[in-house]
Amino acid sequence: MSPQPDSTGHFGPYGGRFVPEVLMAPIEELERAYLEARQDPAFQAELSELLRTYAGRPTPLYCAERLSKTLGGARLWLKREDLLHTGAHKINNSLGQALLARRMGKRRIIAETGAGQHGVATATVCALLGLECVVYMGTEDMRRQRLNVFRMRLLGARVAPVEAGSRTLKDAISEAMRDWVSNVGDTYYLLGSALGAHPYPMMVRDFQKVIGEEARRQMLAAEGHLPDAVFACVGGGSNAIGIFNAFLADAAVALIGVEAGGRGCALGDHATRFRGGAPGVLQGAYSYLLQDENGQVSLTHSVSAGLDYAMIGPEHALLHDQRRAEYVAASDSEALAAALQLSRVEGIIPALESAHAAAEAIRRAPAAAGKIFLINLSGRGDKDIDIYRENFPEIDQP
Amino acid sequence: MTRIGRMFEERKRAGRKSLIAYLTAGDPTPERTPALVEALLRGGADLIELGVPFSDPIADGPVIQRAGERALKAGTSLRSVLEIACEIRQRSEAPLLLFTYLNPVLRYGLERLARDAAQAGIDGCLLTDASVEEAHEYIGAMHGQGLDTVFLAAPTSTPRRLELVARYSTGFVYLVSRTGVTGEQDSLSGAAAPLVRAMRAITDLPLAVGFGISKPEHVAELASQVDAVVVGSTFVRLIERNSDNPSLEIQLESFTRELKHGFGAQA
Repeated sequence: MSPQPDSTGHFGPYGGRFVPEVLMAPIEELERAYLEARQDPAFQAELSELLRTYAGRPTPLYCAERLSKTLGGARLWLKREDLLHTGAHKINNSLGQALLARRMGKRRIIAETGAGQHGVATATVCALLGLECVVYMGTEDMRRQRLNVFRMRLLGARVAPVEAGSRTLKDAISEAMRDWVSNVGDTYYLLGSALGAHPYPMMVRDFQKVIGEEARRQMLAAEGHLPDAVFACVGGGSNAIGIFNAFLADAAVALIGVEAGGRGCALGDHATRFRGGAPGVLQGAYSYLLQDENGQVSLTHSVSAGLDYAMIGPEHALLHDQRRAEYVAASDSEALAAALQLSRVEGIIPALESAHAAAEAIRRAPAAAGKIFLINLSGRGDKDIDIYRENFPEIDQP
Repeated sequence: MTRIGRMFEERKRAGRKSLIAYLTAGDPTPERTPALVEALLRGGADLIELGVPFSDPIADGPVIQRAGERALKAGTSLRSVLEIACEIRQRSEAPLLLFTYLNPVLRYGLERLARDAAQAGIDGCLLTDASVEEAHEYIGAMHGQGLDTVFLAAPTSTPRRLELVARYSTGFVYLVSRTGVTGEQDSLSGAAAPLVRAMRAITDLPLAVGFGISKPEHVAELASQVDAVVVGSTFVRLIERNSDNPSLEIQLESFTRELKHGFGAQA
């Protein structure tokens, strides 16, 4: 398998660099700086040390025995990214990119956030490194993730509300890109998912691949062999590519990405880019995109803000076309049910995003006796408590 | 050579500068656009940029974002903008340039767009998010139908990138006056002059400057340096504020004339 992406930032036909000319030279500069940092042992050592002492790596690999027994089939293992500082895998990437920004001499960090996890992780590392931080967030997401909005403010970041479009992640990214175009001299755009123009999809994957590297090692130590299938939710796809990456060469390991099935199959009711989407260009990259017949980007829906996005990361598009990974959908209600089950049977309240991955594993487990399933539990559910409360009114009484 | 090239040649021979006017096609409705374009032309606009609305316009400021939303709500698509162009073309020989983002064009189909655009009387196309590196198929399709491809150069562009932009642009080169999104500014950025000099040193193509130009004084300031200036958001704002006003066309015409006066004897 040749390394992805190629030297021009393409994953097969996908990826690339589709941004206004103002950003082209700064993005070339970013690529050079990143490639240099990647080779620099001092950079890698500082990042590893912070991941260990500050973020809490390595994260445990946990065997969900009660859940496995309840389902009566496959043995389920959870990669506990939810136990990281700030509550999700996002901190892996935020730490890496913030160190890069500091190395490049940029003092002002901007970021977008959907569920708020990337915003919180970025606000956190900016506090740690003494950098100015502005986080763009759609007002619809601010409403449904209120707790994270305040966490960012507590950490000293400015949360900039975005009123445009559907007022979710896509609009937050557009606004962050406009800020970047306008303040390109002193500003670093810390993109949170495996999306956007090259080098972002590569760089975000590189900072997240530690998940899969640890999990593979831990799995071999615990079970003596590799899992039969790896499950991860896919919004832009950073946690999924992070865990998939270590298993790409292991042909016997099935890689299963779970998109947000939302509330139905009509365009606008889901975020399943591989079911209803077609390749197109949005916010810097060429990949599968939910769009109408005129090439206008569709609105999306998911109960989970972190999966509510019209494009999937370009490396996933390639893995899909190569059939190396399989992409399926879990609906809002399946994800909610999985979250409840994990809470009740394992004492783990997952993020709604991660609950999508769990839902698919739970669905397949009963028919998979003797198999080993690895689920990337990418985040914890504290931020989703209001949504769980709304959806489980019967629980919330004396 | 397209109408764009011929226009610049004629005006150069006469020692005159050109005013390029942008509006978002379909704002407030597709039916209204041809009359608004004709008003701009009566006022003295030399080339019209027809903006094709896109749902996620990352290079545009709030004024053009809102215009795009109104146009999309009114049912505007790339196809309807071509119909608008066809209607304008029946009454005018002014150069027309499509101005949009890549995705609507990809969805329509590059070859199909080039054919249909040429047939509708369009002279060229500018895609704000198509970097020259990613534009080879697009360039091939457009040039195959005799259409111009205009690319943007920015104050951040390196010498290597300026070379690329000059090499792949036909018709003219569009210089972005500052690092930012589209929208009016009180005063011009100092970034334009060095960019004009750098580009002038490597190409004989006509040079136009845009982004942030909204007043006759701005036009006057730039007139000696470039072949054309582009004004967009100010026209779009005027349309936004007066869409129900029967005097909108007259206002557009007289404001265009005012801007044109900025060129002085070179108007």
